[in-house]
Amino acid sequence: MKAIVCVKQVPDTSGVVAVKADGTMDRAAMATITNHDDLAAVEAALELKDKTGCEVIVVSMGPPPAEGMLRELIAMGADRGVLISAREFGGSDTYATSQIIAAAVNKIGVDKEDVVFCGRQAIDGDTAQVGPQIAEKLGLPQVTYAADIDKDGDKLTIKRLLEDGHMMLSVETPCLVTTVKELNNPRYMNVGLIQECFDKPLDIFDYEALKDEPLIDPDTIGLEGSPTNVYKSFSPPAKGACQMLEGSDRGTVDELTGILADKHLI
Amino acid sequence: MNFQLTREQELTKKMVEKFCEEVVAPVADDMDVEHEFPVDIVKQMGELGMMGIMWPKEYGGAGGDYIQYCEVIERLTAAHAAVGTVVAAHTSLCTGPIYYYGTEEQKQEWMVPLAKGERLGAFGLTEADAGSDSGATQTTAVDMGDHWLINGSKIFITNAGYADTFVITAMTDKKLGTRGGISFFIIDKDDPGFSTGAEEDKLGIRCSSTRELIFEDCKIPKDRLVGKVGQGFKIAMGTLEKARIGVAAQGVGVAQGAFEITKEYMGQRKQFGKTINKFQYPAFTMAELYTRIEAARLLVMRAADLADKGMPCGTESAMAKFYASEIAMDMATKGVQFHGGYGFINDYSIQRYFRDAKIMEIYEGTSEIQKLIVSGAILR
Repeated sequence: MKAIVCVKQVPDTSGVVAVKADGTMDRAAMATITNHDDLAAVEAALELKDKTGCEVIVVSMGPPPAEGMLRELIAMGADRGVLISAREFGGSDTYATSQIIAAAVNKIGVDKEDVVFCGRQAIDGDTAQVGPQIAEKLGLPQVTYAADIDKDGDKLTIKRLLEDGHMMLSVETPCLVTTVKELNNPRYMNVGLIQECFDKPLDIFDYEALKDEPLIDPDTIGLEGSPTNVYKSFSPPAKGACQMLEGSDRGTVDELTGILADKHLI
Repeated sequence: MNFQLTREQELTKKMVEKFCEEVVAPVADDMDVEHEFPVDIVKQMGELGMMGIMWPKEYGGAGGDYIQYCEVIERLTAAHAAVGTVVAAHTSLCTGPIYYYGTEEQKQEWMVPLAKGERLGAFGLTEADAGSDSGATQTTAVDMGDHWLINGSKIFITNAGYADTFVITAMTDKKLGTRGGISFFIIDKDDPGFSTGAEEDKLGIRCSSTRELIFEDCKIPKDRLVGKVGQGFKIAMGTLEKARIGVAAQGVGVAQGAFEITKEYMGQRKQFGKTINKFQYPAFTMAELYTRIEAARLLVMRAADLADKGMPCGTESAMAKFYASEIAMDMATKGVQFHGGYGFINDYSIQRYFRDAKIMEIYEGTSEIQKLIVSGAILR
């Protein structure tokens, strides 16, 4: 049994956003972290490994430095990594990205008892589209927003986190699950595993490795092939200091309406 | 010469920084007030391979090196000195001699659970009348044919209240004294005739456990002797030689932690219309202190590198220890000073660093003993 976890390296939210001339983000110029929801997916897979002894494979699409992130995930307990990296894949939107990742997951192989994990969404794009699209392309049943996961044989019982409550679902493997960061507390790297993580297998899937996969259509990958194009990326200007008004009396309301009127908002 | 950390050392640093930020630092002040031994943190560190960093995997360790060990000790201490103390005493002082001097059977039985963090370790050398003069040991071990009989006591033993395994020195032949008269033994917390005294109430590192070890006709099996009869003093000194690298890393940690807190405070505190880090005297003082912290860290890394290469490091670890503990004390003192009146109030963390710094100049060989070692080596 395998748990395949799709992970994205994202800009550190405490840093500044760097933008390239074509409007996409200049990832190489920004400090990076592992996407929070994806770390929850890794932890969910590692907990499954603790219980069942399954193999955990971490998969990421990104520039070559993303290997560093995969090594860190191996130091947390993953068994091996796959880095999908090629110039041809650069600038892909969610449609193109999910196509490429689905092809990579297909190449790794999804067997009867396997589970594919994805984080709900990445903090940079915030689309929450890639996980579900991978499931569609692989023909797997999918459960999104998992806040609790229980596995019994080839059946998973999942608590979905919804805006106004929870939904309990049961799904058969193989399937795809997207996780939210509330699911768990990701473990730390282990010093013993840090010693081993650079010797564990890490395959690079480049364009050559994936181009003949049936799920790949060379015309719909990369920046050129993506149906959506980023018009502009920018750091929003900082908002001004917040002014607090105390009180619930008429005077306070008058003060508020006065301020709003001064700014021509009312 | 290479000042670059390896990939493994970089990741270890990243891991311990995150662990300290999320787990250790947030509880440090409260635990210090309560004198609470960090039971849960120690358990978690064991699971993360932090209780046997530089020991080989076949003996339960993480398979890392002394540099990684020092990175971990420094950061733990920067967050909460007592936690650094617990790990250092456990790793270097207790597990160390079993690894370097124990038999294969002793390593399997005693070292593996220590290195995995399943059991906690302590080291007993100091006695009421044998401090710096550790050769003046009064505790005795008598060969009774089928067992050893131990009588006496050890004082100021770190981890004593929570340790499962102890290593101690005891006099086996008073006539021979230091050279050949002292032997080294492993004690289990449940050995008959063995007990620990009350917790000491200390100035600093108040979350660490410090107690007396009491041996009253304590009977231990013959296979608890480490090394040969009479090698105890040599084993203890060899153990301290490497363990000092860890204490030196603690010194750097106290200094670094005090520096970070003070830097933050100086960036917020305004007097005469500007933050106090904009005044030249405190700014230059911080520059000097920071340079000395970095110099101390390099001394620590130099000693750690020698230990990793299996080379003698006695002089280097002694220099690292007295220099690092001195900067710990100086940084903490200046830290309190730059906090002004707030530095004297227990609501501010800097006072904890001030109290914790002092022990660095005392335990595992006082600064004076370190200078004795260094002068002995350089003035021969």
